Amino acid sequence: MSSTVRQLDEWISQPYQHGFVTEVEEDSVPAGLSEDIIRTISARKGEPEFMLEWRLQAYRHWLEMKEPHWSHAHYPPIDYQSIVYYSAPKRKPDGPKSLDEVDPELLRTYEKLGVPLHEREILAGVAVDAVFDSVSVATTFREKLAEKGIIFCSFSEAVREHPELVRQYLGSVVPPKDNFYAALNSAVFTDGSFCYIPKGVRCPMELSTYFRINARNTGQFERTLIIADEGATVSYLEGCTAPMRDENQLHAAVVELIALDNAYIKYSTVQNWYPGDKEGRGGIYNFVTKRGMCRGASSRISWTQVETGSAITWKYPSVILRGDNSVGEFYSVALTNNRQQADTGTKMIHAGRNTRSTIISKGISAGRGQNAYRGLVKVLPGAEGARNYTQCDSLLLGDKCGAHTFPYVEVRNPSARVEHEATTSRIGEDQLFYCMQRGLSAEDAVSMIVNGFCKEVFKELPMEFAVEAQKLLGVSLEGSVG
Amino acid sequence: MSEQAHAAFVADFGRRAAELPGGGTSWVERMRRLALEQFAASGFPSRHEEDWKYTNVEPLARHRFEAPARPAAVSAQQVAALGFGADVREHLLVFVDGHFAPELSRPGALPGGASATSLAQVLSREPARLEPYLAGAMPSGAFGALNTAFAAEGAFVHVPRGVALEAPVRLLYLSASADAVTHPRTVLVLEDGAQASVIEQYAGGDGIVYFSNAVTQALLGANSSLTHYKLQQEGDRAFHVAAIGLRQGRDSRFVSHSLALGASLARTDIGVRLEASGCECALNGLYLAGGSQLTDHHTRIDHLQPQGRSREFYRGILDGRSRGVFAGSVVVHPDAQKTDAHLANHNLLLSRGAEADTKPQLEIYADDVKCAHGATVGQLDEEMLFYLRSRGIPAELGGALLTYAFAQDVVGRIAHAPLRARMADILIARLPEGRLIRENA
Repeated sequence: MSSTVRQLDEWISQPYQHGFVTEVEEDSVPAGLSEDIIRTISARKGEPEFMLEWRLQAYRHWLEMKEPHWSHAHYPPIDYQSIVYYSAPKRKPDGPKSLDEVDPELLRTYEKLGVPLHEREILAGVAVDAVFDSVSVATTFREKLAEKGIIFCSFSEAVREHPELVRQYLGSVVPPKDNFYAALNSAVFTDGSFCYIPKGVRCPMELSTYFRINARNTGQFERTLIIADEGATVSYLEGCTAPMRDENQLHAAVVELIALDNAYIKYSTVQNWYPGDKEGRGGIYNFVTKRGMCRGASSRISWTQVETGSAITWKYPSVILRGDNSVGEFYSVALTNNRQQADTGTKMIHAGRNTRSTIISKGISAGRGQNAYRGLVKVLPGAEGARNYTQCDSLLLGDKCGAHTFPYVEVRNPSARVEHEATTSRIGEDQLFYCMQRGLSAEDAVSMIVNGFCKEVFKELPMEFAVEAQKLLGVSLEGSVG
Repeated sequence: MSEQAHAAFVADFGRRAAELPGGGTSWVERMRRLALEQFAASGFPSRHEEDWKYTNVEPLARHRFEAPARPAAVSAQQVAALGFGADVREHLLVFVDGHFAPELSRPGALPGGASATSLAQVLSREPARLEPYLAGAMPSGAFGALNTAFAAEGAFVHVPRGVALEAPVRLLYLSASADAVTHPRTVLVLEDGAQASVIEQYAGGDGIVYFSNAVTQALLGANSSLTHYKLQQEGDRAFHVAAIGLRQGRDSRFVSHSLALGASLARTDIGVRLEASGCECALNGLYLAGGSQLTDHHTRIDHLQPQGRSREFYRGILDGRSRGVFAGSVVVHPDAQKTDAHLANHNLLLSRGAEADTKPQLEIYADDVKCAHGATVGQLDEEMLFYLRSRGIPAELGGALLTYAFAQDVVGRIAHAPLRARMADILIARLPEGRLIRENA
């Protein structure tokens, strides 16, 4: 089997394919963080007064907070004063009116990433709100969505054009003081996506955004806010790739989801930020706060994530199940290879009656990767008839990697039923042998087994993403078998 | 947090250290001094510490405890009532309020040069025998340090190479004085191929506040086998904190049962280190809590070498406004290939106001392993209840039977028949509607 092992080694050591830097003129502020920088960011974005106040309050609180270190990850200290907190591609005076006016350099970047906006527009029917560093440069399908009353725009635009909605919902799920990174984000967030689906509207297409970190030393602090009003339904896709570079980059986003009565939000992520090289140099620190609130009765929030990138992934997409009969779901595939570290999972807080949650987490560790599932299922005294099912499985590919499981279960209602199970094992020799004696190559066999392992999660992904996710695993995971 | 008790313990040490058994022996004094320094520096743990997240020891830290100078009077009948029958063969050592009570003990004769003796006696007469086990072993955490600082009385059980004890050794730690603190220290040494079973029983009077701060350490030689029972029947206002630390040699076997029934606050830490290849350990536990009791178990199994096998099976039944906490962690170190580990924790919540917090954890750094854990919190299965009713068994009795059966899954694993029978009686007495089982038996 040694020759196949060698092949696999070559295969897993494939360099990151999306590593390139696009030369675009940039409009940045100096590195560092102070009230002045925040005032500058707010002024450049032409924000109303309340937004600036909000940022400053978050910043003042952040100054008093201690950086958390409880995750199962190791990394050198982050110097928050060496980060450039704002950088926007320079616009032509009036801004692009259509894709034709968008900087062709930008469009080429997306093409290299396999995101041809034009094609997507026609073929996939996906409206893309592309965040290139910090400011949205192109938003498509706006009109079609506007017909239905759906607001889908960049966050800066929402702050300017729908301040009442932003004011009402911003920070209502993730308060600015929630945690260290959420406070930092609240102080300096530059852009992101905003989405509002009015009462009874089913969004006619998948909403999607492509985040991409460009410009050296620019931490990205996006803010996403999605509100599904009563009876509304929306499926939102988020995908990430980042160019190759050596310095570590901090990525501290905040995502807030709000579902009112009978609303349904499906949020899917494929995360493939630059993971660092084989020795663990470079790579993105992905410290994200994602939380959804099932505020209304019978509402439903579903998180699906495929995490293959980043040097360190540290996030727990959570759901607060406040409305009666509300449903929370979390489907995750997290893969760590080389020296990547992931500490991810979810929190399901059951507050309403007959609330239900499902957690399916699949962790894959290869190389020297460390992969941890950390989750909390909490049933409050009023959550009569609450139900949770949790399953987290880990697959080990290689003898230098690690897989860890840290679930917390707290139940304070006697009618609740909470189940948690976890397993850890490696790919069986017999499974590999079986596949190979049927004529599959070693890598195809591993790929097949791993895809089977992740099937329960992949089937939750929208079509477009399912394909991409399988491709991603193919590139970044298999190997280390023998 | 109130530091009253903390400061009192430190002051107490200054007064009493010289009089403790073994005082004058340099390694003993050094061990106690270092432990006290550690305790003085750390103080009692707060809920900000991950290991104490669910257990607030402030009521304990606020109380002023004193080590009784002499034990309260305890009758032979009281001791007999805590036994498992007059004709049960066993080697019994009784301690009252932290003092060895030879008049109540029946150690009997142990075979093959094995011994079960008062720790204080060994400490003052031949401390060198204990040096290899006590000198370097500092249990972690504030309570372990506190025990070590005051470690004086307890039991030393030594089983030489190849010797098998037929009857179990029972260590009965009784508390009978109000505001008393005891720091029982149990040292178990099984040489290569030795076999023994040891029952540690903690009991005390209802209605009085006292504090048992126990530490048990065990060393298992190659091919040895230890079955350990911890039966915690402390009084209803008692504080009970215990740590059990174990090191296993090649191909040794360890079976543990932790049966937690009493105390207002009870915490048990069990740490097992599988330090050589081929070790096996099984940790079983049952906690029953009602009223405003808090019962907490923290276990940790370290697989350090290949071919280890561990099984963990804990169940809890929570009634009233009680709280049951379970945190079980299994760590598979890089060299521990072919490890097979399984952990399960199931909780039954019987009433509104009761709370179950469970935290099973796996940390795995080797790849050729088979590890799994499962945890549940819930109530009796409706379908099972329905089945019983369809067979003519009333709902109350059906519920009692199912609850009893849930606990019996743990109790049934107890190898020592008299203890198993006693536990069955206790279950029937303690479980809601348990009397129905007796009446219909």
